[in-house]
Amino acid sequence: MTADQSTQSAVGGVVARPAPGHPGPPGQTSAPDGLLGEAMSSTRMEAVGEPCPAVSLVGVRAGYGDRVALDDVNLEIPLGALVAVVGPNGGGKSTLLKLIAGMLKPWEGSIEVLGAPAGREARRVAYVPQAELVDWSFPVSVWTVAMMGRYPRLGPLHQPGRADRDAVAVALERVGMTDRAKSPIGALSGGQRRRAFLARALAAEVDLYLLDEPVTGVDVPTQEAIMELLGGEAEKGKAVVATTHDLGAATRHFRSVVAINHRIVASGPSDILTRPDVLAETYGGHLLLLGEGLGILDDSHHHDDPAGRERHYHEDGGGR
Amino acid sequence: MNYITDPLGFAFFWQAMAASAIVGLVCATVGSFIVLRGLAFMGDALSHSAFPGVVIAYIIGAPFYLGASIAAVGTALAIGWVTRQGKVRSDTAIGVMFAGMFALGIFLFSLIPNYVGELFGFLFGDVLGIGFMDLVSLAILAALVIGTVALLWKELLFATFDPLGAAASGLPVARLDYLLLALIALTIVISLQSVGIILVVAMLVTPAATAQLISKSFGRLMVIAGAIGAISPIVGLYLSFWFNSASGATVVLVQSAVFLLVLFATILNSSYRRPARSVAATTTAD
Repeated sequence: MTADQSTQSAVGGVVARPAPGHPGPPGQTSAPDGLLGEAMSSTRMEAVGEPCPAVSLVGVRAGYGDRVALDDVNLEIPLGALVAVVGPNGGGKSTLLKLIAGMLKPWEGSIEVLGAPAGREARRVAYVPQAELVDWSFPVSVWTVAMMGRYPRLGPLHQPGRADRDAVAVALERVGMTDRAKSPIGALSGGQRRRAFLARALAAEVDLYLLDEPVTGVDVPTQEAIMELLGGEAEKGKAVVATTHDLGAATRHFRSVVAINHRIVASGPSDILTRPDVLAETYGGHLLLLGEGLGILDDSHHHDDPAGRERHYHEDGGGR
Repeated sequence: MNYITDPLGFAFFWQAMAASAIVGLVCATVGSFIVLRGLAFMGDALSHSAFPGVVIAYIIGAPFYLGASIAAVGTALAIGWVTRQGKVRSDTAIGVMFAGMFALGIFLFSLIPNYVGELFGFLFGDVLGIGFMDLVSLAILAALVIGTVALLWKELLFATFDPLGAAASGLPVARLDYLLLALIALTIVISLQSVGIILVVAMLVTPAATAQLISKSFGRLMVIAGAIGAISPIVGLYLSFWFNSASGATVVLVQSAVFLLVLFATILNSSYRRPARSVAATTTAD
């Protein structure tokens, strides 16, 4: 426990909190406690001064079937944060997003999102799934994908109107996909596909973005464009939480990181990912440290979710 | 003798044509979701599992659609429950449950002492035996299914395309899934009399599969599927009248032929136009 506490700091808007029941001052969500160190002040300056955090997990333990995916997670993400979630395959990155989105119920602990239990404020949340989990042969155009961001607020009895079309047009413009609006998604490149889904999230006009691997397998210019947009949303006081395999992208593009490997190993400003102790503890045996800040990470890209069109919302079955 | 107008002289032919066109339309509408969600096997399972319900309804003298609905919906829920236990994959659960239910139907059927042609009709379909009142209730149920799909079009589309994104943004995805299963079960019940348990899956899947080959949008897919679903039974019934062949099977053969024609056409087309963008293209390079 002491080992990982030593790596916990709080800069860039993310606070990994000590476990409940751990000695600490009451009201730790608002008052900086000793554990979090001096960096605390800069944290709060960066975050917009909202009374409630965007995301707050306390003592969360969760998994699939009888397999524990995440344990002892205490995490607070304020509005205005731009956070990368990093960790090894199967380390619980996607699980963390699903918990925050309310798609997976924790076994223990509580999760508050935008001031309400997870899932309650869903219309203020946009979720972009991993590219591997989308059926790209689905007959649907870029325009319709972006319009889907408007469906939840419309409700079953209403058809998209002027305001919705305007919001979609603006979103497509912002991601630079206006001229591909009518294209079927199957005809797009990998980067264009990510941008189409980002347009859906923007069109939804939400306060919290949850993105699963938004820059994986995307060319560098698109990566820059996507991150610039997300950075801009964070500046506006929205919270952005994205998983990534790419430690370089996490360090370059995100202000803060949460490193997880079935529990929170470290959290703080994104440059903590240059620390060998943080990397070693996050990636364990998958990392070969060469010294002088060099290391080899054996973490080939694959996802730990059930493949194909297997539909699972609150559990993953585990019987694969 | 006129091949087109002669059959129209029979009231049963009119009714059969109306009934199977309605059934084809409903099957294609619901089938669009089945194809895009990869639920073809589930559709086949639900139709087969309706059989014990039909047999029990016959034995106790209840309406067949009541028995069929209860058996189909019960099996759908049971498959969901077995899958959630996480011990077997969902397709395994479907295979086990539907074979078991169909066997139960045959078992009960074999206990009935005398031959019951009516029950055979449910296995293979007997569209020519559909009476006027059957046609009316069929039309009402069909309107119910299509009306529900029209009302929840956006939500069903989002939940089908990206269930995770839809659930995260507040759509009741689990409830929409159950609703869709209920619509599939109801569609199967509507279709049992005319197409039969064994061939319903073709009516559900084939028109939508054909439409998927040539559609770039979901709306167009549904319209094309609906058109194939509604027109092919009319062609099929004429063929069955001329050849004196089984009506359900003939209709299904027409749909299969249309599918193969369209498939070959798209293959030819894409080999002429290569490198062309096709709907199913999975390019990842920029």
